[in-house]
Amino acid sequence: MQVPATFGYELAPDLAGALALLARHGPDARPIAGGHSLLPMMKLRLAEPTVLVDINGLTELGGITVDGDAIRFGAMVRHAEVLDSAVVAEHLPILRDAERVIADPLVRNRGTVGGSLCQADPSEDLSAAFSALGATVVITSRDGERTVPVREFHRGPYETAVAHDELVTAVRVPIRPATGSAYEKVERRTGDWAVAAAGAVVSLDGHTVVRAGIGLAAVGAEHFVAAEAEEALRGAPATAESFAEAGRIAAEHCRPTADQRGPVDYKRHLVGVLVARTCHRAAARARGEV
Amino acid sequence: MSAGLEGVRPPEEWIRAAVDTPRGYGAMKRKEDARFVRGRGNYVDDVVLPGMLHGAVLRSPLAHARIVAVDTSAAEAHPKVRAVITGEALAGLGLSWMPTLSQDTEAVLATDKVRFQGQEVAFVVADDHYAARDALDLIDVEYEPLDPVVDATRALDEDAPVVRDDQDGRTTNHIFDWSSGDRAATDAVFAQAQARDDERVVTADILYPRVHPAPLETCGAVADMDPVTGKLTLWTTTQAPHAHRTLYAMVAGLPEHKIRVVSPDIGGGFGNKVGIYPGYVCAIVGSILTGAPVKWVEDRSENLMSTSFARDYHMRGEAAVTADGRLRAVRVHVLADHGAFNATAQPTAFPAGFFGVFTGSYDLEAAHCAVTGVYTNKAPGGVAYACSFRITEAVYLVERLVDVVAHDLGMDPAELRMRNLLRSDQFPYRSPTGWEYDSGDYPHTLQVALDKAGYDDLRREQADLRRRREAGEDVPLRGIGLAFFTEAVGAGPRRSMDILGLGMADGAELRVHPTGKAVLRVSCQSQGQGHETTFAQLVAAELGISPDDVDVVHGDTDQTPFGLGTYGSRSTPVSGAATAIVARKVRERARIVAAAMMEANPEDLEWSDGSWQVKGVAGASRTIAEIALAAHSNLELPDGVEGHLDATCVYNPPNLTYPCGAYVCVVDVDPGTGAVTVRRFVAVDDCGVRINPMIVEGQIHGGLADGIGMALMEAIAFDLDGNCLGGSFMDYLVPTALECPSWELGETVTPSPHHPVGAKGVGESATVGSPPAVVNAVIDALAPHGVRHADMPLTPAAVWSAMQGRPLRTDLAIR
Repeated sequence: MQVPATFGYELAPDLAGALALLARHGPDARPIAGGHSLLPMMKLRLAEPTVLVDINGLTELGGITVDGDAIRFGAMVRHAEVLDSAVVAEHLPILRDAERVIADPLVRNRGTVGGSLCQADPSEDLSAAFSALGATVVITSRDGERTVPVREFHRGPYETAVAHDELVTAVRVPIRPATGSAYEKVERRTGDWAVAAAGAVVSLDGHTVVRAGIGLAAVGAEHFVAAEAEEALRGAPATAESFAEAGRIAAEHCRPTADQRGPVDYKRHLVGVLVARTCHRAAARARGEV
Repeated sequence: MSAGLEGVRPPEEWIRAAVDTPRGYGAMKRKEDARFVRGRGNYVDDVVLPGMLHGAVLRSPLAHARIVAVDTSAAEAHPKVRAVITGEALAGLGLSWMPTLSQDTEAVLATDKVRFQGQEVAFVVADDHYAARDALDLIDVEYEPLDPVVDATRALDEDAPVVRDDQDGRTTNHIFDWSSGDRAATDAVFAQAQARDDERVVTADILYPRVHPAPLETCGAVADMDPVTGKLTLWTTTQAPHAHRTLYAMVAGLPEHKIRVVSPDIGGGFGNKVGIYPGYVCAIVGSILTGAPVKWVEDRSENLMSTSFARDYHMRGEAAVTADGRLRAVRVHVLADHGAFNATAQPTAFPAGFFGVFTGSYDLEAAHCAVTGVYTNKAPGGVAYACSFRITEAVYLVERLVDVVAHDLGMDPAELRMRNLLRSDQFPYRSPTGWEYDSGDYPHTLQVALDKAGYDDLRREQADLRRRREAGEDVPLRGIGLAFFTEAVGAGPRRSMDILGLGMADGAELRVHPTGKAVLRVSCQSQGQGHETTFAQLVAAELGISPDDVDVVHGDTDQTPFGLGTYGSRSTPVSGAATAIVARKVRERARIVAAAMMEANPEDLEWSDGSWQVKGVAGASRTIAEIALAAHSNLELPDGVEGHLDATCVYNPPNLTYPCGAYVCVVDVDPGTGAVTVRRFVAVDDCGVRINPMIVEGQIHGGLADGIGMALMEAIAFDLDGNCLGGSFMDYLVPTALECPSWELGETVTPSPHHPVGAKGVGESATVGSPPAVVNAVIDALAPHGVRHADMPLTPAAVWSAMQGRPLRTDLAIR
């Protein structure tokens, strides 16, 4: 059995208590939610936090709610809740697609929305999906709340805009009219990290794309997005040719690295295929065809 | 009755099981499962002894480096550390090196240099597991890095670094050359095939990559050397407890009667738990040094990186074939990567295991193989993962090669196989490489599989999909793959098969208590095969009692007779045969007692319907239970009966058993991503008589999943520095239920003519037979893209790369 180094444990009573504990224990303390990323890293001794602040009791960070023209995800919402949510199924099929292929039921029962974003793993599916959706991350400290667009949230692999004494408390996703979305990933096996994954959010005016959000995971895309492909789609006809071209542009601009999941040329190829497929499916959903 | 027991009834399932239990053979629930599903199993890591300490192994981060200095002072100063053992310390005891099962030596703890990433360098004993792990970080080892040998195909280059410079005079990484078959006769057929217009030679380079058995329970031991009695008790994850006891006696010089090896419940072995690992030896030394029991259980990464891998065979296969599809001869050259120490576990005379059965199921005029073994800077091992001593590699070679022949000739692979399979009237059949196949009806077995799969319809659907695809429709690439395998399992005849001089025969002892309940003691050890049920059924069938009335004792050398253990699908062929024979001995003793009971002549009795009956006298019969009580009673016993029915035997198999099977796999490949989906898998196995068909099917299910794993996702590759790229379950992927279709099983039954109940081994059949079926299906799907071969694992990237005409080298890091 792999065992972690010695660490302290604090059970946070509520949000204010959690923030106080994080401030008191300093930058080497870490909040723990689902623990499916942090605990393996601790057992491998890739992470050696001095104190874990357990935020699983923070019920105020739960819930998926419609809030005006946005949907609010509490940071402690579990993957399984996202997958089961009728609100998500109706408005944000990209998240439902993504959750179906995130890890396995055991992980989905524990892992959280906030934890996924804060882990900032370059292969993280929800980071790509929320980036495609243009979500906003709510970050809370003892001084109050601030919001950060998800496209500015990730500062690099395993680095985010969250300071050591702050917590992500919610994610807000805008609801847009005449919009469809989709997500697809290629993996070597269920539960493996993505070889490559893409998510698309397409808003239509008739047969014209008025807005496109394209998220990419595991291929070195800056802020998990294919900005050049999004730009190319704006105002373009919603055709297979446009989507294939968007895929080609996304493939060109991402920066995958070779590993046992595949060589660079294959990963670029996948980006092209997956962007085209998800745009196509998103547009079909926007038209109410799927 | 006391008030507290009123209203207590046996659980429902006990009642049901009693009703459902067959008298002998047949499906019944596994007797051992009740404790497993209720968390009442007892694995090595469950063993807790008073005062027990905990060990941890420091491992090399480098694949090849000279050890300059080891400083353990900081670790020794840790308040919870009781001992730190280094290679140098072991050298003082003469234990820094130990013999392997292949006449080589292997470092217990490195002294001169480290030879693979993950090699054992030091061992810490501490009060608890956490402290032992913490102390590893306090040991300072100074390494001088050396160039590693990573690519097996370069291991014999003149400028290759020498891995084993510990051996006097060694200047290369060459371990052995071994060959089988008639080279001259084979070359003559190939020369003809090359010369004639109506014949040809088909060649394919085929890699069976390094994989790992990855049992859910990792390896470990609890060593307890009693300083007063001088007796060592070793609870350990071993598939061969008796062989381990004898080897510890030989290696460490401990008297054998002062060693007790206990292999309790084992969470999967697959060959991973045949060998003796350095951690076991360190735990023993730790117990001797501290005077306390020492537990060492490796973690997942240690298991994957350092314990016995499997395969790693680079094979060139050639077939001489007529233009109309008759296979005349097969010729193979293998480069075998054995890692840093030649530590494969196999019978002494077989350095390439049973690879010699590479002629498979086909009627060939001639065959020859040559195998060259080399050292590299990788973990040692090589015979594991349900491989039946390299038959996995042999079957994969010939079944892939046959499909390449079909591809090159433009023939249907089913037709090609049917045309060349051995016929039933050829059995017993002596293969060109000297193996005597006991029985089989191969064309029948293949036909059953083809019918079950609906082969002709599958081909029609495939043709239709290909047409639609050519017309521009977005449909998947459909592939249909076949494999026909013959295994040679149940090692083995003592005259030709031994492990370090220990003949591969198995003992069995059977006691019958006065009330007719029986205790069977066997030498083999279950790692999940269901021995406690199957062997009870064997006894029950012979004695006419219920399997519920037979307890099977195994895994404790103080309680069981000597034998070589469980691997190579040998339990039922060898220990199962011993069980049937010892039960028959008991039955014959019972005949004499029964005759005395009924005042008849033993020759006038016949065994009928589970009891001894006086021929022709209705009602004159005695069951085993009645006879057992009489044998222990005041009945005047006849001469030669000592007062019980108990018996022992040792079974020395006259031959191996040769199970076979025909597998059909159907896959879809996503042409855009290269992702493979296994749609169907039809497996028709012939393992002779099935004692518990449900257990047999369970074994097959597991093996088929293994095959999907190896074919599509499992491999341990290395980067250029010799770093292991499969050191965790995040990197080394084993299949889940989601990658497996609902298995479609069938059977044919050709009993083994020499096994007492006609059974053949089956534990590894599906692991052997399924990888080629899956790979053949994927390659078949890719035929429109001109793909003829690609190596496992066929990950999406590997499939796509093959479609682009640049197949990946799957044993090295992807670049």
